[in-house]
Amino acid sequence: MSTVKETHPGTDRAPVSQNPRPLNYPPDSSKAIGGEVSVQIDGQDVKVPIGTSLLEAAKKVGVHIPTLCHHPDLKVAGVCRVCVVEVEGQRTLQAACAYPVTSPLKVHTHTRKVRQARRHIVDLMLSTHCGECYSCKRNNNCELQTLAKEYGVDFYRFGHVKTSRIPKDESSYSVVRDMDKCILCRRCVRTCIDLQEVGVLEAIGRGHETRISTYLDKALAEVVCINCGQCINRCPTGALHANDTSDEVWRAIDDPTKHVVIQTAPSPRAAIGECFGLEPGVPMTGQLNTALKLAGFDKVFDTNFTADLTILEEGTELLVRLHDALVKKQPTALPQFTSCSPGWVKFLEHFYPEYIPNLSSAKSPQQMFGAVIKTWYAQRNGIDPKDIVTVALMPCSAKKFECNRPEMGSSGFKDVDFGLTTREMAQMIQEAGIHLPTLAKSGFDDPFGDATGSGVIFGATGGVMEAALRTVIELVTGLKVEKLFEHANIVPVRGFEGVRMIELPIPQVAAEVPEIIRKHVPSFDFLKGVTLKVAVAHGTANAKRVMEDIRAGGPFSECHFIEFMGCPGGCLGGGGQPIPTSPEIRQARAKAIYAEDAGSAVRKSHENPAVLRLYTEFLTDGPCGHKSHELLHTHYTSRGKQIG
Amino acid sequence: MTVIDSRKTPLTFDSIAPGVGLAAALKLSRSDLIATVAASNLRGRGGAGFPTATKWNLAAAAKVSEGECKFVVCNADEGEPGTFKDRVLLTEYAPLVFEGMTIAARAIGATRGILYLRGEYVYLRPPLDAELARLRRAGALGRNIGALAGFDFDIEIRMGAGAYVCGEETALIESLEGQRGEPRNRPPFPVDTGFRDQPTVVNNVETLATVTAIFANGPEAFRALGSERSAGFKLFSVSGDCDAPGVYEFPLGLTLRELLEKVGGTNAKAVQVGGASGVCVPAKAFDRRLAFEDVATGGSIIVFGPHRDMLAVAKNFMEFFREESCGQCTPCREGNHKLLEGILMLERGECSTAYLRELCLLGETMQLASKCGLGQSSPNAFLSIVEHFPEEVLGRSFAAAGGER
Ligand SMILES: Cc1cc2nc3c(=O)[nH]c(=O)nc-3n(C[C@H](O)[C@H](O)[C@H](O)COP(=O)(O)O)c2cc1C
Ligand code: SF4
Ligand code: SF4
Ligand code: SF4
Ligand code: SF4
Ligand code: FES
Repeated sequence: MSTVKETHPGTDRAPVSQNPRPLNYPPDSSKAIGGEVSVQIDGQDVKVPIGTSLLEAAKKVGVHIPTLCHHPDLKVAGVCRVCVVEVEGQRTLQAACAYPVTSPLKVHTHTRKVRQARRHIVDLMLSTHCGECYSCKRNNNCELQTLAKEYGVDFYRFGHVKTSRIPKDESSYSVVRDMDKCILCRRCVRTCIDLQEVGVLEAIGRGHETRISTYLDKALAEVVCINCGQCINRCPTGALHANDTSDEVWRAIDDPTKHVVIQTAPSPRAAIGECFGLEPGVPMTGQLNTALKLAGFDKVFDTNFTADLTILEEGTELLVRLHDALVKKQPTALPQFTSCSPGWVKFLEHFYPEYIPNLSSAKSPQQMFGAVIKTWYAQRNGIDPKDIVTVALMPCSAKKFECNRPEMGSSGFKDVDFGLTTREMAQMIQEAGIHLPTLAKSGFDDPFGDATGSGVIFGATGGVMEAALRTVIELVTGLKVEKLFEHANIVPVRGFEGVRMIELPIPQVAAEVPEIIRKHVPSFDFLKGVTLKVAVAHGTANAKRVMEDIRAGGPFSECHFIEFMGCPGGCLGGGGQPIPTSPEIRQARAKAIYAEDAGSAVRKSHENPAVLRLYTEFLTDGPCGHKSHELLHTHYTSRGKQIG
Repeated sequence: MTVIDSRKTPLTFDSIAPGVGLAAALKLSRSDLIATVAASNLRGRGGAGFPTATKWNLAAAAKVSEGECKFVVCNADEGEPGTFKDRVLLTEYAPLVFEGMTIAARAIGATRGILYLRGEYVYLRPPLDAELARLRRAGALGRNIGALAGFDFDIEIRMGAGAYVCGEETALIESLEGQRGEPRNRPPFPVDTGFRDQPTVVNNVETLATVTAIFANGPEAFRALGSERSAGFKLFSVSGDCDAPGVYEFPLGLTLRELLEKVGGTNAKAVQVGGASGVCVPAKAFDRRLAFEDVATGGSIIVFGPHRDMLAVAKNFMEFFREESCGQCTPCREGNHKLLEGILMLERGECSTAYLRELCLLGETMQLASKCGLGQSSPNAFLSIVEHFPEEVLGRSFAAAGGER
């Protein structure tokens, strides 16, 4: 038997994702074969639909089976084997996560064999796991650590490595890979290939030499990683974590010469409570403002301010494109794509660079804020911008990459100095000895104040679209959105369906174009009777479906405007959010976000008084004007699939 | 490359003229065809001994997706150490193997056949391709085979790349699909969800050639040989410390002692039956039978003479598995490494009996909890050597420690 060593890791497997799959993703599980079957688990009988896994069946009767490679968002792997159980009549133990019930079974979940196997498996994992819990990002939130406790590990039965074998990969602004801690559950591989369909990570080598690597073993910064961090959120251990810059933020706070301001995005506020033991879906907006002040930030601003600003810029850009296409009959890049998700933007730059013209040139809210703070805010308050440190609290690991893009310095300085994730901020708050959930609430600082509900819903998939529609509908038709949609809730664009498309006939147009954009679009008459077609896609796998459809000239190519979010669920499911994640957790966060929107006094971006003031005081030539182009708009890089 | 004729006994296959088996099979209806295989009691020759007719019945009943078809895959990966009988079949009796595939295709309704050929057998590819071309010209492959309207079937050859685990049928299918060769979760089984998620029969080379023999000579003739639960004749690849290593045909059910007499290995102290993943049978148990109900084997017989160091034997096998594990599941990936480490400790006299006991329990865990047959069987050799040769395994603890302790 020869042993063929892989010389070109990564080239030997076309990611599964490269096979085209139809648009209805995620697959409809209700199509499962009808009929029920009874299972007895530890003496308890339960009826389940045919095809249910033993793990699910056990859950139904309250029997806990440990898991490690299993994840509710991912395809079944059945590789870690900690979930093994004894099925009567079977010679070997069976992995509960991977065993579909198709006939009546009797199952035992904690026999001698089962306990021995699980303990051995945990011991085997620990034998090659090089890391110390004290100095680990996942201390106290690590599935391996929990298992070791559950199975009473009190010594390393099969030894324990203490010296590092694999150097850390810290090349990426967003994701750090510490493969010494990897237990090869391959959740990251399935996340990157199957869930996100990017295909950066893959197992290479065989047998005991197996490890997770990238194309040609390159550093993460040199491959097509889009920095979405979804792999981090699904890693059970500390093998993957975000590139943490909180030490530098502390240093800035400690420096009396620095004016340190922070902007907080809506999604972290809806989720950070989870890091303090709260159930998912408890918004912490007011408490967080108080905490950030206590921690030492000089000012706390709401990213929603620039979310509203984005809507005005991006909405105007859309009207201009429509005007160019329909009135001037110019060749125009339509549909227009949103640009606020940096994971999605990099995905497009790598895989669909020919569609860069379709991307809105508007910067993301994070970057707009940085630029406004270091210009308008600095001037207004007489602070030298070089003394301002802007921090962004984001649900996202890709935002760390975004703020380091070389073109993001239109203020003359680095617009946003540091992007922190929700997890990192929770850590800083804990370090400051603050117990977030019990704090009194407080508001955001002026001059940006409390933004609108439209900004808040940016955090959920469909949110940018809803916000944009609220504004575009009102401006174009002159009608109140409430006339068309109850409570201005544009329900058809909401939800977690991977891809959604809606059509909005424009019944009438306003007699006058608002002054602020009149120089771009003199009249709305050309939109009369037009049916606006918009779509929403979240998670890059779904984005890919839509892009392939556009490339093939399918229905999505006829859209006018498409919202793309790099992460499943939108920002609330971002790669910087608290771990764990699951569809239920993301739903709970979405609820919190829509509740905050419903409770907002102002719910439409174009009614945000602070935004209007910005246009009267500073960006005096209006949305998409000269100054706004300089400060608030950007350009993109065609990267392609082959880099480095 | 010259191929040495390693046949040591006449083979039943010598007496079967090409075409006879297929012609007999195509006279039967599809259900009678499977019934004939059932009547022969043929069990798979790849090692596991799964009843061939049962496998075919399941695949015949399984549904195909729209625009797809069923597949017959001939497993010619022959990766088990000490096995070389499939190579002889492919070299000298290829027509019988292809006929067997065609019969299987007729039985289950497949239209595509794939011969998955071990990478090292690439030199066999030109003659095999030539044989396929000849069969196509003769109308034994292609459209309306045997003048049966609508019976279309053709065979292509695909090369393996040297991974032992790709002989495992689901890893083989992954490999065919262009993925890493890693076993899948079962169920679903390939008969239901195989290559391209379609019903697929995977059979060993010898199984398929034997099917042809069964149709040529009748199922009764086959069943008359062998034991009650292990019907028929079987090829054995004999190697190691014996006078005449090579490929032998014996009826199943013969004892190891009888086999050793035939091959000139009566002074053996142990025999490894079933290759690296098989078990090590010590001399005192040479009355055990080579049959699925006793010592099951895909045909690999490795004879160990009196001078062999059994710990070195175990070490050799564990080195093999440490590399050949696909690395997917924890018990096999880490377990084989730990067993090998334990052997090295034993060699140096550094392994306590308590730790050895723990390693034996680990072996049990691997057998029970591994995802596929590789990890489930890789500890077998180690466990049986520890069980039957404790003095050789532990002896050197004392020797290495200077006889004290
Ligand atoms: C690790 C491993 C390696 C295997 N290698 C082979 C092989 O090389 N050839 C083979 O025919 N079967 C091999 N098998 C058995 C196959 O999985 C499968 O059972 C067999 O091809 C079925 O054919 P049969 O029913 O005709 O025996 C292997 C199984 C395992 C677990
Ligand atoms: S990954 Fe888990 S077990 Fe490992 S050091 Fe970190 S917290 Fe501890
Ligand atoms: S950050 Fe996203 S793209 Fe990068 S490796 Fe992780 S899942 Fe893949
Ligand atoms: S990096 Fe994390 S998710 Fe990926 S295989 Fe290792 S432990 Fe699992
Ligand atoms: S038992 Fe070994 S070869 Fe089989 S799936 Fe597990 S790691 Fe791979
Ligand atoms: S959780 Fe079932 S095998 Fe890993």
